[in-house]
Amino acid sequence: MAMREFAERGADLELVGIHKRFPGFTAIEELDLTIPAGSFFALLGPSGCGKTTTLRLVAGLDEPTNGRILIGGTDVTATRSHERPVNTVFQSYALFPHMTILENVAFGLRRRRIDDPAGKAHEALRLVELDHLAQRRPQQLSGGQQQRVALARAIVNRPALLLLDEPLGALDLKLRRQMQLELKAIQEEVGLTFLHVTHDQEEAMTMADTVAVMNKGRIEQMGAPEELYELPRTAFVANFLGQSNLFTGDVVGATDTAIAVDAAGSRIVVPAARAQRHSGQVTVGVRPEKVELHREQPAAEADRNLIGPGVVTDVSFSGVSTQYLVEIPGAGRVLVFAQNISFGPAAAEGDRVWVSWAVEHGFGLEDTPDEARFQADASTSAIAAQHRDALVAELEEH
Amino acid sequence: MAFAAFATAEAQPQAPRKRSAIALVLLAPGIAYLVLFFLTPLVSLLLTSLQVQSEFGDIGEFDYAFNWQNYVDVVTSYWPHILRSFGYALVATVLALVISYPIAYFIGVKARSKPLLQGILLVLVIAPFFISFLLRTLAWKQVLSDESFIITSLKALSLMAPDAHFTGTPFAVIFGLTYNFIPFMTLPLYTTLERLDLRYLEAGGDLYASPATVFRKVTVPLSMPGIVAGTLLTFIPAAGDYVNASRDFLGGPGTQMMGNVIEANFLVLLNYPAAAALSIILMAAILILVGIYVKRSGTEDLL
Repeated sequence: MAMREFAERGADLELVGIHKRFPGFTAIEELDLTIPAGSFFALLGPSGCGKTTTLRLVAGLDEPTNGRILIGGTDVTATRSHERPVNTVFQSYALFPHMTILENVAFGLRRRRIDDPAGKAHEALRLVELDHLAQRRPQQLSGGQQQRVALARAIVNRPALLLLDEPLGALDLKLRRQMQLELKAIQEEVGLTFLHVTHDQEEAMTMADTVAVMNKGRIEQMGAPEELYELPRTAFVANFLGQSNLFTGDVVGATDTAIAVDAAGSRIVVPAARAQRHSGQVTVGVRPEKVELHREQPAAEADRNLIGPGVVTDVSFSGVSTQYLVEIPGAGRVLVFAQNISFGPAAAEGDRVWVSWAVEHGFGLEDTPDEARFQADASTSAIAAQHRDALVAELEEH
Repeated sequence: MAFAAFATAEAQPQAPRKRSAIALVLLAPGIAYLVLFFLTPLVSLLLTSLQVQSEFGDIGEFDYAFNWQNYVDVVTSYWPHILRSFGYALVATVLALVISYPIAYFIGVKARSKPLLQGILLVLVIAPFFISFLLRTLAWKQVLSDESFIITSLKALSLMAPDAHFTGTPFAVIFGLTYNFIPFMTLPLYTTLERLDLRYLEAGGDLYASPATVFRKVTVPLSMPGIVAGTLLTFIPAAGDYVNASRDFLGGPGTQMMGNVIEANFLVLLNYPAAAALSIILMAAILILVGIYVKRSGTEDLL
């Protein structure tokens, strides 16, 4: 076997023109991706977007229909999974039931004939604080413990690239937070390249240096979490990563610094640098926490967008903030997250209100409006379902 | 599975039992059946094996006694048959395993996504059961006889000596045993391989194991329950088989197994104590071998 030694450091991963077709559908179409060595990269997307397929291609468990995979500059497209300097933490953990925890962790070391496999396995188990269970069988461990064993089993091999397939999915909230921090700490300590696949936007944003949002087999947008959140380029990203208020209208005025959009009678100004398209019919948006709610019509200001009046149709108090849903004739529904700086909600259901936000906080999307409207609908309902699941899970917790 | 009972009996502490009258009533028919049809013949067999020839009686007349000598006598006169039985059964079991594993793997793993193919192949494995065991063995006797097409062709091609036979040789008997017990090996193997979680194999590959190593370190250990069940279902009846080795079927004078000796003592020589003693020896030997095997293969917790 080629690799008798540990990888010195993480390796770059490069995907060039990857296509993957299964009989009947295309899982990935035209994927180009470069992940620099030592980074923590997250692929984020709803189920069925092709993120797990991407991971399996990198691990060598599936073959791409077209395209090349390079790890540390070496083309590994034609090699089998056991020949790649890659380890995976599987979503199902896939711990061998016929072996003890120690043997599971030492499995990869023994295959590569690395010195002192048992000692190194114990060390890895100590890292995940499970060394006292080394002689148990996987079935005797809880889900969270199994997950940590799976992590130890992958990390002990010091792979150039570590793949994580929704590894925290089965954990409860507290353990999840703890593991997120531990994973991040381990990644920084050992300097490996992590490729993390998840549908949990919060997990991706807190852990990864770079997040790529995937949808329908392609990457919609890629960048640092803050960048993705503050300046989404497509309606899908705007709604999958957090929530957004989107307005569609024609561009009625454009200068070097800003464009003005007429959204059913309301004039919305967006900085030109933050808009992807500057003419025709465009979709612009703003994050709900950037929007301010007014009980009385404020004076118009040049650097603020103001629309209204509208009617508050829903108020939900969540402790830190209050969510208001405002129905504005023509512009549609606007979601406002207001910090609870004073006591209690500032407006009640049925109140007449105006909403405003700083021009610099707006963003313009690149999708054509038809597409945007359709996708926004589809993804908001998906997000609603996701939020409900998360809420239910959290309620069961307590 | 039949052997799960004694495999797990000592490993697990007994759960506190709840005695209830209803449970006893429900168990009664089973217990009565076992006492009548298993325990009674067993005791009778044990008593017969210790009988002594009646002093003034006819051939085949015996009196109850405590004659251990019967065991010594049968072992001294029939030890080659005893060894031969276990030797043939062992070779046949190994051959059946080697032949069945790829078949079972193909049906249970490779054909998993094609249920129709899986069904057809399973029917093909079971199809021989639709014809009587005796008829099939007789058919093989015809197929492999000296005048058959196969043997005359082999002789014409000088692959066999002109005066050689196939029937009546140990090869023929082992061939017959292997053939007849292959379904008993394939089906348990299939049921475990069908449930084999392929993600473990992927994990093995991900952890630097080549396909051959994955097979050795992951697939085989995980299919151990099927291997143990299949080998037991083959070995136990094969060791006691008296059809294949019989002169009327595939065997000859030099291939007699314990089953044939028991049959001859019981039906021809009318030496019931010898037949009974041999039966007890066969049973005890199988129990001991199987016990060691199950313990050694470490499948207690997988069963």
